[in-house]
Amino acid sequence: MNLTRVGIIYRKELIDALRDRRTIISTIVLPILMFPLLTLGFGFVAGKSLQKVEREGSTIMLLGETNAPALAKTMRETDGIRVVAPSEDYVVLISEKKLRAAVEFPPNFEQETRMTSDKPPQVKIYNFEGETRSQVAVRNVQKVFDDYRKQLVAARLAESGLTKDVLKPFATKQENVAAPEKVSGNVIGGLFPYLIIFLCFMGSLAPAIDLTAGEKERGTIETILASPVSRLDLVVGKFLIVFTASIVTAVVSLASFALTFSLPFVVAREFAQRNPVPFDISVKGVASVLLMMLPLAVMFAAVLMAIGLFSKTTKEAHSYASPLMLLVLMPAMAAMVPGFDLNAALAFIPVLNVSLVSKEVLTGNYPWLLILLVFASSWGYAAGALSLAVSAFKRESVLFRT
Amino acid sequence: MTKVFRDRKGGDIRAVHGITFRCQPGQIYGLLGANGAGKTTALRLLATILQPTDGTARVAGFDIREQPEKVRASVGFLSTATALYGRLTPRETVEYFGRLNGLNGDKLRRRTEELFALLEINEFADRRCDKLSTGMKQKVSIARTLVHDPPVMIFDEPTLGLDVMAARTIVGFIRDCRSCGKTVIFSSHVMSEVQKLCDYIGIIHQGRLLAGGSLAELRQRTRQADLEEIFIQMVEAAP
Repeated sequence: MNLTRVGIIYRKELIDALRDRRTIISTIVLPILMFPLLTLGFGFVAGKSLQKVEREGSTIMLLGETNAPALAKTMRETDGIRVVAPSEDYVVLISEKKLRAAVEFPPNFEQETRMTSDKPPQVKIYNFEGETRSQVAVRNVQKVFDDYRKQLVAARLAESGLTKDVLKPFATKQENVAAPEKVSGNVIGGLFPYLIIFLCFMGSLAPAIDLTAGEKERGTIETILASPVSRLDLVVGKFLIVFTASIVTAVVSLASFALTFSLPFVVAREFAQRNPVPFDISVKGVASVLLMMLPLAVMFAAVLMAIGLFSKTTKEAHSYASPLMLLVLMPAMAAMVPGFDLNAALAFIPVLNVSLVSKEVLTGNYPWLLILLVFASSWGYAAGALSLAVSAFKRESVLFRT
Repeated sequence: MTKVFRDRKGGDIRAVHGITFRCQPGQIYGLLGANGAGKTTALRLLATILQPTDGTARVAGFDIREQPEKVRASVGFLSTATALYGRLTPRETVEYFGRLNGLNGDKLRRRTEELFALLEINEFADRRCDKLSTGMKQKVSIARTLVHDPPVMIFDEPTLGLDVMAARTIVGFIRDCRSCGKTVIFSSHVMSEVQKLCDYIGIIHQGRLLAGGSLAELRQRTRQADLEEIFIQMVEAAP
């Protein structure tokens, strides 16, 4: 290998890539915009619709209201509940989301609740299961019933000369003993490596294909093959550019991720208050994860280049890369499954091993033997992929596939 | 030289079948053949873009099997398939290929200036190649092949798809190469071009070299005056 020539090729490909709009978009612009758009956009929409639900309240219908006049009055006075006039077609209205829920009181409901019986009266709450706003309505209604139930229980206890304490012979209390870092690691420990893996892949996709199938398509491959560079120098120079793009994407998106969560945007703050996620990852954890990603980035760059080289056009290359992306994302996503933990056998499965070990590291666990195993095996796969790319570059049947 | 392409469906394809020829410095050797006759494969073998299945050749004294990088350093290769990098400027392109050929610093700058003046590239030297006209691109391609001043030039159907003016530039340039004492190998299916340019002509058909020699020799052998007639007669006589 001639390092000077590798450097010359690297420099030229860098200039070329920086002038390619598609590469710039997928390597720099997209990762910068992704997190703000995803979190703020989602936070904004979620916050807005939550506000709307609260402002408007849940429309519910009371059926057999005369059987429970006191309860009906309480319902009407409760914030977040809007009672509408009863009608026969409540089933249709609920299905069409015009009504959130309907409450049906059995005859003589309130009288019967004042007596003890072995067959207590039953209220029916009609709702649209799985529909968020219908469930909010059900929760609001249940809260009214809970209060009423407590009142009745208290009254009955008083009648029997007992206090409320009789219902609570003992208490339990939950206390978190894990470090805050471990808690947040568990919450986003699966998500974080998934995002980095995804972005590493996306970052190398466009340049890997542009530098191989793109050269075939534009007819520059023969130009460069006719120059005195060896094919090894050529493939190494190209590989280094793709690898750079992959790393740049990962770093840029990390920075964007950190900025998005630290900037005091109103919507984001509001969203964070509603869904408190303890956000406290150690620098050491992030650095370790990035280190574990290196062999993965090498592997992605090399595999995508081999695919690009095999393809006659960039379009063909993209159609091969899409199913590959699924193949990469599925094991990366598996790390988010709770309770799915790393072991010696899983340490040999590419992508999955890195995402699982990242989850461990982010929760502050350092199982050194497994880490070593994952690191060694993923570098092994990376080396294999790289030699595949090099040998593809040396094969005429691949370069001049017709 | 022989080149066999393995094809899973159609069996082996003998694109070049035992071709032998010789071309000296200051001469132009023309490979004449129909489309698919094996011209491009033969020239790619000489430029070491492809490896021969059997046999070998010496280019500027270097063996195409043993010293492919030395061969490429001695060859300027130009074909319709050798496009330019669209996102680079002519200056960047020529300098890139100059550096890959081991030129740098003042030497590279001087050589670039020289070529740009000679080929009148200066006025568009810093525009991106994909914004240039075909004629301009052709000049940049010539500068690219000449940057390392190679003793051997290989042209694969260099005028294919060019208009009259651009084709004239190329033909003129090929003549200049000969007068500079370069060894020139050239392929075409255009009879008139071959007739005008070449000192020696090889007629290639289905991977085999049917005949080789100067135009006078070919005329004598076939008793035909016109190159087209010579070509047809030879191809029809081929098994």
